[in-house]
Amino acid sequence: MGGRNNKRKQHLPLPIELEKVTGKVTKAIYDKMKHDQVRDLKKKTAALKQSATGSGRKRAAPAAAQPSATPKKQKQQPAKRKPAAKPESEEDEESGEEPVMADGPDGGWDNAPLESDSEMGDSDAESLDEFDSDDDHVTQQPLSLLSDDSEEEDEDEEDGGVESYDEFDSDDEQVTFRDMEKRSRKLDERRAEDAEMADMELQDQEQAVTSEREVFELPSEAQVEAEKEAPLDLTQVQMRIQEIIRVLNNFSDLRGPSHSRNDYMDQLKRDMCFYYGYNEFLMEKLLQLFTVSEAVEFFEANEVARPVTIRTNTLKTRRRDLAQALINRGVNLDPIGKWTKVGLTIFDSPVPVGATPEYMAGHYMIQAASSFLPVMALGPQENEKVLDMSAAPGGKTTYCSALMKNTGMMVANDANKEREKALVANIHRLGVSNAIVCNYDGREFPKVMGGFDRVLLDAPCSGTGVISKDASVKTNKGPEDFSMLTHLQKELILSAIDSVNADSATGGFIVYSTCSVTVDEDEAVVNYALSKRPNVRLVDTGLDFGRPGFTSFRGQAFHHSLALTRRFYPHAHNMDGFFVAKFKKTSNKIVVGDKQVVPVGSGAKLKQKKKKN
Amino acid sequence: MRPLTDDETKVFFEKLTKYIGRNIIHLIDRPDEPYCFRLQKDRVYYVSESIMRKTTAIGRQNLISLGVCFGKFTKTGKFRMHITALPSLAQYAKYKVWVKPNGEMPFLYGNHVVKAHIGRVTEDMPEHQGVVIFNMADVPLGFGVSARSTVDMRKVDPTGIAVFHQSDNGEYLREEDALF
Repeated sequence: MGGRNNKRKQHLPLPIELEKVTGKVTKAIYDKMKHDQVRDLKKKTAALKQSATGSGRKRAAPAAAQPSATPKKQKQQPAKRKPAAKPESEEDEESGEEPVMADGPDGGWDNAPLESDSEMGDSDAESLDEFDSDDDHVTQQPLSLLSDDSEEEDEDEEDGGVESYDEFDSDDEQVTFRDMEKRSRKLDERRAEDAEMADMELQDQEQAVTSEREVFELPSEAQVEAEKEAPLDLTQVQMRIQEIIRVLNNFSDLRGPSHSRNDYMDQLKRDMCFYYGYNEFLMEKLLQLFTVSEAVEFFEANEVARPVTIRTNTLKTRRRDLAQALINRGVNLDPIGKWTKVGLTIFDSPVPVGATPEYMAGHYMIQAASSFLPVMALGPQENEKVLDMSAAPGGKTTYCSALMKNTGMMVANDANKEREKALVANIHRLGVSNAIVCNYDGREFPKVMGGFDRVLLDAPCSGTGVISKDASVKTNKGPEDFSMLTHLQKELILSAIDSVNADSATGGFIVYSTCSVTVDEDEAVVNYALSKRPNVRLVDTGLDFGRPGFTSFRGQAFHHSLALTRRFYPHAHNMDGFFVAKFKKTSNKIVVGDKQVVPVGSGAKLKQKKKKN
Repeated sequence: MRPLTDDETKVFFEKLTKYIGRNIIHLIDRPDEPYCFRLQKDRVYYVSESIMRKTTAIGRQNLISLGVCFGKFTKTGKFRMHITALPSLAQYAKYKVWVKPNGEMPFLYGNHVVKAHIGRVTEDMPEHQGVVIFNMADVPLGFGVSARSTVDMRKVDPTGIAVFHQSDNGEYLREEDALF
């Protein structure tokens, strides 16, 4: 696949992107198509009229004459005939030349701009513009001016080659004050009539457009097979994605008679897999999370890198001082948002942000905005004993320590020994002195050490929230990865819960977070923990933004309190996709049947042992 | 993890004295909490006793780091200070050298401090003593050994070396793999 690698794509924003920029795109595209068709139809009707009425009706003449290719002679003919053939309809009530004048301007003028838009050359268009302005003069300005105008018009016409207006101009000179009112009333009538006709035509057109657009057909099976051999151009695929989304958004009206919604969804999946370069499994997973249009936003957001953000190390400096120091180095930055007092967004920097003297002195840490969230939810207090179960590379650990002001004890664990180096380096660089770093599998935890006041579990996950950072997720995650990961996450979350001491005066909290957006790794795991450990309950995360977690998903019903968890999306919050859940442990004992079981390693057990002794 | 033996303590404290002199006592007798030095896999860590006691639960193989690493014993039994000890050294340093902004980056790239870059020096600094190097904003950058006494330094030409480089903050980036 790797369709994304094709550079051509970059120049062709999806309609959704356009929509973001311009407001309503699909609408805009519709309007344009409609407009084109209306013009075509008008042209046809005009031509028809001309052939039907022939020379009898002057009105047809200008319209037919519009195409600049028409020879001059033909155009001039109606003008000559006018006096002879003379009016049939409304013009009758008026005497002499008046009808000609009334008719001339109107008939010609109202049709002209419509046709000229597409058909005429530049010069024609210019001259027509001038006519428009002249039109105003005719109705509004004194006669003395009018005659001048008409002269000018004559010149214009010769330049531009719109001879058909001759008829009007020649008549125009005979306008008098006396019939001015009549003329204008007449004009108004005409306008109303034309507007009405235009409306009707538009309606017809709309129907025609929708009926024509309904024609969008899904490719047949044979075509699909053929495409597997020779993939389509990205632009074509993009167009088709667009079409399908449009159909899906208004399914009852636009569906093809012989296709079900699933047929459309299948094709959409195939196209999006190709266009964005995901594997089918992941595409399916992600499409289940969002409406189709939101899914496209999500995929598009994954193609764009998130802004670089840094976290001030409050152990060593203050945000204002740091910002000043970096600004002095020419860095362009801004606070991330109101929700954090330590975050800064880096827009651009003439120096590498990861190698400034301030960085080396440990004044800040380069850290994604999303990874502030679990620590803020955890809210570690001074003099507490806190565990970070998968700590590397230490962004969250050092943030915890900073919040604890280097008091208490911070246990940073990671299962990967290689990543521990970065973790130790960051802990030392940021001047954290209350941390110990150990290398265990998180699942061993309550046995190694328990009785923590708070535990942060940023579980290993598929990384579907950070595709913009690591695009390999798109293709290398399959069903077996998900089952393996979710299994691990479930074991870890139970370990985390068991490691907490519910009797802690200040704490007893567990925060579970992932950088994945799939429900299997988020709500399902939390729900599992709730069912396995009745001694915990979900509490509010304290994050005032983000979307509430799902309480039910595709037939799975989760505990109602899952609405307290928070989800974050790249397209909605401009940070990595993230999930945060906060538990409060209420008791160290689990009731299983009639028996009370005390999990190994929790603070309660230690106390009990002591009592027994 | 174990306490230092007498020999190790001697070597370590001798080294430490070069930088902070008698202030060592302030490292151990702290007003807030008793602190101690512990050896784990050749490295010496400076850690509060309460954390140290809790850490005994962690297996030796699994313990990577505790508190602040001060440096490590080489195979020949000497002690090498690491840049990670800088915050404590800076706090109690006897001799200090402040470098001008134009000397900051050269030092952070691992070069010696030349006289032209020096902004300020502690008076009465003898030759071959441990010094901590700051920038003009009082942010510690690293440490080294004085090449000349304060008095002699005045006579040296601007390109002459004033402080030998031992360790600087840039090592966090340059030598992350070797350091930890």
